[in-house]
Amino acid sequence: MYHCGDLTPKQRAEWLVSLPTLAWLALFLVIPAALIFVLAFRPADPYGGIGAGWTLETVRALWAPSNLAIAVRTLWISLLTTAVCLVLAVPAGYTIARASEKWRNRLLMLVIVPFWTSFLVRVFAWRSLLHPEGPVKALLQAAGLAGPETTLLYNPAAVVLVMVYTFLPFTILPIYAAAEKFDFRIVEAARDLGARPFQAFRKVFLPGISQGLLTAFLVVFIPALGSYIIPDLVGGPSGEMLGSKIAQRVFTDRNLPHASALSAVLVLAVMAPLVAVLALQRKKKRADIIMGESP
Amino acid sequence: MRRSRFPVAVTAAVLAFFYLPIIVLVANSFNPARFSSRWQGFSLVWYRRLFESPEVWQALKNTLIVAVAVTAISVVLGTLAAFALHRYAASRLQRVHYTLIYAPLVVPEILMGIGLLMAFVAAGVPLGLVTIILAHVTFCVSFVAMTVLGRLQDFDFSVVEAARDLGAGWGRIVRKVLVPMLMPGIAAGALLAFTLSVDDFVITFFVAGPGATTLPLRIYSMIKFGAPPMINALSTLLLAVTVTAVLASRRLSRSKR
Repeated sequence: MYHCGDLTPKQRAEWLVSLPTLAWLALFLVIPAALIFVLAFRPADPYGGIGAGWTLETVRALWAPSNLAIAVRTLWISLLTTAVCLVLAVPAGYTIARASEKWRNRLLMLVIVPFWTSFLVRVFAWRSLLHPEGPVKALLQAAGLAGPETTLLYNPAAVVLVMVYTFLPFTILPIYAAAEKFDFRIVEAARDLGARPFQAFRKVFLPGISQGLLTAFLVVFIPALGSYIIPDLVGGPSGEMLGSKIAQRVFTDRNLPHASALSAVLVLAVMAPLVAVLALQRKKKRADIIMGESP
Repeated sequence: MRRSRFPVAVTAAVLAFFYLPIIVLVANSFNPARFSSRWQGFSLVWYRRLFESPEVWQALKNTLIVAVAVTAISVVLGTLAAFALHRYAASRLQRVHYTLIYAPLVVPEILMGIGLLMAFVAAGVPLGLVTIILAHVTFCVSFVAMTVLGRLQDFDFSVVEAARDLGAGWGRIVRKVLVPMLMPGIAAGALLAFTLSVDDFVITFFVAGPGATTLPLRIYSMIKFGAPPMINALSTLLLAVTVTAVLASRRLSRSKR
């Protein structure tokens, strides 16, 4: 930190306009983030608060098999959701990018409008659709695909379904944005040179929109890891994820140190893909410079 | 060259997937049946129940108090931050500033919620509407700052220099030049902050405490502990309000241009 007298007038003005947000975010973002890691080493008190002294007990308890199972489930549910979203979003983004300008705007609106509803309401809508007396089950039963015993709610599959529903538009938009900038003449050239449609798609189109794919991946995978409402409302005990476990520790067990140890795990899980993507991008940029392409 | 029909078919299926739950929800709000698989005629009974529920009105009032306060604070802070980020873009301080402002956009909500809860508990701050406002501002500032920053990207600072050469003081420049020129960005940011505050559940749930219930918290407890048809009616109303607001703001911005 500089002493005030050492600052040029320009620097002083800069500090003056930056200070309000810096102070606010230090107080309500940086300190809380640090507390997540600190409180994992404090004991709980019986009234739902934080006890005195320090302990390693909570961190050691993280290795319980039940916690491990939840961590693994959180990972595979998030990966599966991301994969399904990408598989659906690539053709959708492609179609929107190739549509005429009038249709492009219409389709984009159609993608965005359902998400003007409250997030909770959308989860609730699925809850009533998948309800034992709801329309989806009636339909499946009529088609002979479900028996009277089948439960559609409260399992990991329901969690994946509702998560795909929630995150799909956020995957379509970056892929559309990348596809819109893509020069489709390259695909036509590849076809003229004898590439089969799928080959041209895989070897030319997908690499061409890699930046959009990467953004789409992060936009789904990171919030998916932290999902809480969806597993809480449609997951049941077999669909529990890290996020719902954290909330349970806070509101049911009233044990903040346990919640903070689990949250610290979640922080690290979220950081991993971010750091990986940043490293990948840096490496790619360096390769581009060596290859003589503009980044 | 003949294009494959496959992507178009997937897109159509995706759109059907997007609209199906919402259509069922709106339809069910007019269905008097408690468990809503069969249509039992058109009725407004759930809407009447909704309007007669004092808890819903109280929650709506809390939601609006929070949203107005959050919008006011985050517009001032966010615009100031965007100005700093743009004006001093190259400095090391602004790099830190940018990272901090960017963080709430990527951090999962549950982590912000639990961190803030711990901070409030550790500092002994009683949970209530005030803690909800503090928490909401923390993420709304980022959205306002990014929106205004986007507007600043094509802002010509020579206008400010010209105003200074003509003898205007900073107060006057802010009032007569900066704010009017940035208004579309600020208004868009304010709208975003308001919407995000009204809709937020996860962070609110962590920092609300027992007394202060907002509309999403109310909806959540209605989902968890029964009263489904009333949620259908409430959601339909919310949907109607948002669609009207967005269409109005689009028309407004179009007519200005």
